[in-house]
Parts: sequence; structure tokens; C-alpha cells
Amino acid sequence: MKILIPIKRVNDYNVKVRPNQANTDVDLSNVKMAVNPFCEIALEEAIRLKEGGNATEIIAVSVGDEKNQEQLRTALALGADRAILVKTDKALQPLDVSKVLVKVYEKESPNLVIMGKVGIDGDHNQTGQMFSALTNLPQITFASKVELNGNDVEVTREIDGGLETLSSSLPAVITTDLRLNEPRYASLPNIMKAKRKPLEELTVEELGVEVKPTVTTLKVESPPEREEGVKVENVDVLVEKLKNEAKVI
Amino acid sequence: MTKILVLAEHDNNSLSGATLSVTKAAEMLGDEIDLICTTSNISNLEAEISTLTSVKKVHVFEDKIFENEIAENTVDCLIAVSDDYDYFLASSSTSGKNIMPRFAGLMDIQQISEVIEVVDGSTFKKPIYAGACIATVKTEQSRNVLTIRTTSFDKTSTDGGSAEFVKHDLPANNTNKPTFVKNELTVSDRPELTSADIVVSGGRGMQNSDNFKLLEGIATKLNAAIGASRAAVDSGFAPNDYQVGQTGKSVAPNLYVAVGISGAIQHLAGMKDSKTIVAINKDEEAPIFKVADYGLVADLFEALPELESKL
Ligand SMILES: Cc1cc2nc3c(=O)[nH]c(=O)nc-3n(C[C@H](O)[C@H](O)[C@H](O)COP(=O)(O)OP(=O)(O)OC[C@H]3O[C@@H](n4cnc5c(N)ncnc54)[C@H](O)[C@@H]3O)c2cc1C
Ligand SMILES: Nc1ncnc2c1ncn2[C@@H]1O[C@H](COP(=O)(O)O)[C@@H](O)[C@H]1O
Repeated sequence: MKILIPIKRVNDYNVKVRPNQANTDVDLSNVKMAVNPFCEIALEEAIRLKEGGNATEIIAVSVGDEKNQEQLRTALALGADRAILVKTDKALQPLDVSKVLVKVYEKESPNLVIMGKVGIDGDHNQTGQMFSALTNLPQITFASKVELNGNDVEVTREIDGGLETLSSSLPAVITTDLRLNEPRYASLPNIMKAKRKPLEELTVEELGVEVKPTVTTLKVESPPEREEGVKVENVDVLVEKLKNEAKVI
Repeated sequence: MTKILVLAEHDNNSLSGATLSVTKAAEMLGDEIDLICTTSNISNLEAEISTLTSVKKVHVFEDKIFENEIAENTVDCLIAVSDDYDYFLASSSTSGKNIMPRFAGLMDIQQISEVIEVVDGSTFKKPIYAGACIATVKTEQSRNVLTIRTTSFDKTSTDGGSAEFVKHDLPANNTNKPTFVKNELTVSDRPELTSADIVVSGGRGMQNSDNFKLLEGIATKLNAAIGASRAAVDSGFAPNDYQVGQTGKSVAPNLYVAVGISGAIQHLAGMKDSKTIVAINKDEEAPIFKVADYGLVADLFEALPELESKL
């Protein structure tokens, strides 16, 4: 069984990203970049399926510029068998990415595609659902548990009301939530080994996808700052302030 | 004429408050507002939907396949009635997030997620990078799909409307989809987290699920919902649907009380629009104090029982 893992390059989640001087975009010039945390979780799940004897090959794919190689090497170090970089220098939107991923899907015919539920950069939460729609594969989003039984997969999802379990035949698309697993770290020997694993490069043009941004960013600002409040000495003062000053209780 | 279609969100018994906020956002785009409602039982919802003053028409798809939400089923219905509409709106609940991008993909529309402000018909504001920045985006598309962050919009008027209910047959389709197995929904007598006036949340500082119950007495006295940080949910102190933050729920109550929560940006993303924020934390350097209107530096195991007794 083959598993395809789309990987997004984003800021390290510990870094607080700020607008640039001109307020036209975010300033990523000195920001440490990483694999989107939800994609790490997707990859970890695939590795566990492979370790459990349920998968034979894990392919990591990323769409973007040359720098995405770094994140694909990380994926290879963690346990992907090979990687595909589909190159473009254009700004990408989830709809474009999903169209590119459809082409990769058609080339590779994986049995399972596991993606992050959301990129922590744009907070879109779209690509997996769009990809599933365009491939007509069953869609299971926000997974916190994945169980493979032969050609079926049973997935528990985190929804606003609690948990829901769905079942699907393969191939299918799953998007990951945070509690699905805790990703491992890459070991040094594996980082070295990853340098020799295959990383294929294609272009979006070769795959016949036209990238055309239809939603553009006009302005990026910091949110309004909250005024720093006061420290209260004790519970009595707190209760008094909430009653008489804030008037919220 | 600009026409807007709003996805009615509900649990087959009552309409979600989210739909009232999404309808309010729709009113900023135009006044031809219709609803689409896929349900196993429209009679449970009809009276409530009829109270929405600005809604003109309700597209009803009634069938037992809608007892549980399968995105594919809802999207097939959205596609079936999509022809006349310029905008398609749902909330950025897990339901809206599941359904709308799938629909947008099939319509070849780039969706705009988590809209917090309608600047004009083609310009919207939305948080990016866990709310660290606010982007103003402009769409060049003639038809648009938006998910709405409901805490940023008031609720539409429910003084009574005159919506016409139009029943449709299920659309024929050959969509591959998963099947429903089961669900475990949290039952609670407390107000719903995203619409509660007061939210009391606990973090890792609560130490275990027994201690987490220290929040209950306070929540009961204040008629508050209970929330949690990711660390508290991951550690099993609280169920997943209590999580507030970037990957959990966005809340903006009148009063948010953060107990034993450090205030990571991913947590702040979901609560920093609350009107009044209280933080109880024993570490005076905790970042949560930067957004708190009232900070109490104290051991929560002493402060909580005292607070409960003094409310
Ligand atoms: C992609 C991603 C998404 C995320 N999404 C979310 C999200 O949606 N929501 C979320 O909450 N987090 C989210 N996180 C996690 C976030 O980064 C933090 O790890 C998390 O919020 C920390 O939870 P906490 O504040 O409860 O725990 P900690 O950071 O461990 O803080 C515990 C606090 O309790 C205080 N404390 C301890 N004992 C006591 C005591 N006896 N009395 C008083 N105070 C005490 C400590 O001083 C400390 O400040 C996400 C992380 C990532 C990477
Ligand atoms: N440029 C990209 N290359 C590969 N995968 C991507 C890319 N953008 C998004 N994805 C996938 O889609 C998921 C959701 O991203 P988004 O829709 O941008 O929030 C990510 O976790 C990735 O799995």
C-alpha cells in the first residue's frame, strides 16, 4: 500500500510572525521555516502504518519554490521513502495546490492520502477537502484516530460537539487533527540517510496546471493590541472589580 | 441583483446560533438572502428558521441520510441549487470547514476562510498566522465562498420573517463517500461554549481531571461554559470539544477566566477578543497576563475555592 503525504512549508509555530514595514504582507525574511505541524502528524501516521506492516511506501510531496526541498528532506529523514517537489515561484492558494496534488495523485495512484487539516500560515483549512472533491475520493477531515482494516479505514474525527467515527473504503483522503499522534524527531543517522533518498523535481507547468491567484492580499496588519490590564492583590479585589468596574458578573 | 446562499447549521433539533451570525454577515453583502437546509426532519426546524427576518427562501432537502453530517451529501445539495447565487456562506465551525471547501473545489472557487469583517462585496478581513496578523484580501472572482468567524458578527434579527420553504428531491450523484459509524457527543447542561456569556477555562496547571472539576462550581455560579487549553485536553482533563484556540473553538464572551493557562499564541488566537479577560496563574511572568484585564498571581488551588465561595 502506497501513502501520499502532502507537506506544506510554513513558519516554525514558535515564531510570532509580524507584518512587514509596508503592511503589504507578513515579514518572513528572518523567520525559521518548518514542516507544518499538521503535516508532521500526517507523516507520523503514515510511518506508523508502515511500521505496523500496513503500508509499503510513503511519498512526500510539496508544491512551492526550491526552498521546499528542506521540508521534503525533513520528511525523508523522518521516514518518507521518496519525495516529489512540484515547483512554482508563484503565490499559491489552496485551490491551485489541490489541482497540482490531483495530478500527482493520478501519476502515483496511492491508496491513501493523509494531509494536515490546516496550514498554520494562512489558516485556510481547505486543501484536503478541495483535493478530495476534485479526485472524488471519500473525505474524512480532522482525524484523531485512524484504524486500517484490510481495504477499509475507520477514522475518529474531532467535531464541535465531540467525536464522530466514519468508515470508508480505500482510496480515501484523511486530514489530521492535533491529537492523532505525537510526531517523532529525526535522528542524526536518518538525516544523513535522507540526503541519498530520491527527491524528484517537477514543475506545475509540466503537470499542466495553471496557477492563477484569484484572491490577493491588499494589506497585512497587527491586530488591535489589548491594553495591558492590572494585577489584583487578592480574590476579594477581583470579585469587586468584576462586579463594579467591568460589570460582567 | 446580488444573491446569497447561507448554509443552515443545526443538529436536526434546533438551529445553531452560528447561522444567525452568518446571516448577519450575509446582510452586509446584499439583501437577497436564502438558506439551504439539509435535514432528517425539517418540521423540527421550520418554526425557528421562520423567525429569521432577512431570509427570503429556504431550500429544503429532507432525508434520513442527513441524520448525521456527511460532507459529500450536503455538498451535492449545495451544487444542485447553486446556479443563481453569487455568495455561499457558512460558519467556520467544524461543519462549515468540512463542507464549504469541498463545495468551493467543485465550483472552481477559491474560498476565503474565517472572515471577521466584510469591507465591501469583494474585500474581507481574516486572521492569519494564528491571529498574529490580520489580512485584508480582495477577490477577483465573480462568485465567492466564505466561512464566517461568528464571534466577529452580531446575530441577525429573529423577530419573524416570511421565508418560503421549497422542498427539493435528493440530487442524483455518484459521489464516493464515507459511512457514519457512531458519535460520542458531549452532553452538558451548561451554555454552549461558543455562545456563552462567560467562559471559565482550565489549563495544564489544573494537574488532573479531578482538579479540573474545581472549575465546575464556579461555572455553575456564573452560568458559564467550561473551556480548556490544548494541554488540558491532551492530558485528558477535558474532552476535545472544550478546546479553545487556533485548532479549537473561537470564543468572545463578556468574561473569559483563564486558570492555569500560560497564554500561548495558539490559545490566545481563540479567546483574545473576549470583552473582559481574567487570568489566574502562579507565574507572574506568564504571557496570559499581557492580555488579561485582571490578573491574579496566585496558586489556583487556593484561589479557586475562595473565588467559588465569594461569588
Ligand atoms: C499547531 C498548534 C496548534 C495549537 N492549537 C492550540 C489550541 O487551539 N489551543 C491551545 O490552548 N493550545 C494550542 N496549542 C498548544 C499551545 O502552543 C500551548 O502548548 C498550550 O496552549 C499550553 O497549554 P497550557 O497553557 O494549559 O499549559 P502550559 O503552557 O504548561 O501552562 C500551564 C500554566 O499553568 C500555571 N500553573 C501551574 N500550576 C499552577 C498553580 N498551582 N496555580 C496557578 N497556576 C499554575 C503555570 O504557571 C503555567 O503558566 C497548539 C500548538 C500547536 C503547535
Ligand atoms: N504548497 C503545498 N504543498 C503541499 N501540500 C500542501 C500545500 N499547501 C497545503 N498543503 C496540504 O494541505 C493541508 C492544509 O493546508 P491549507 O489548506 O493551506 O490550510 C496542509 O497541511 C498540507 O497537507
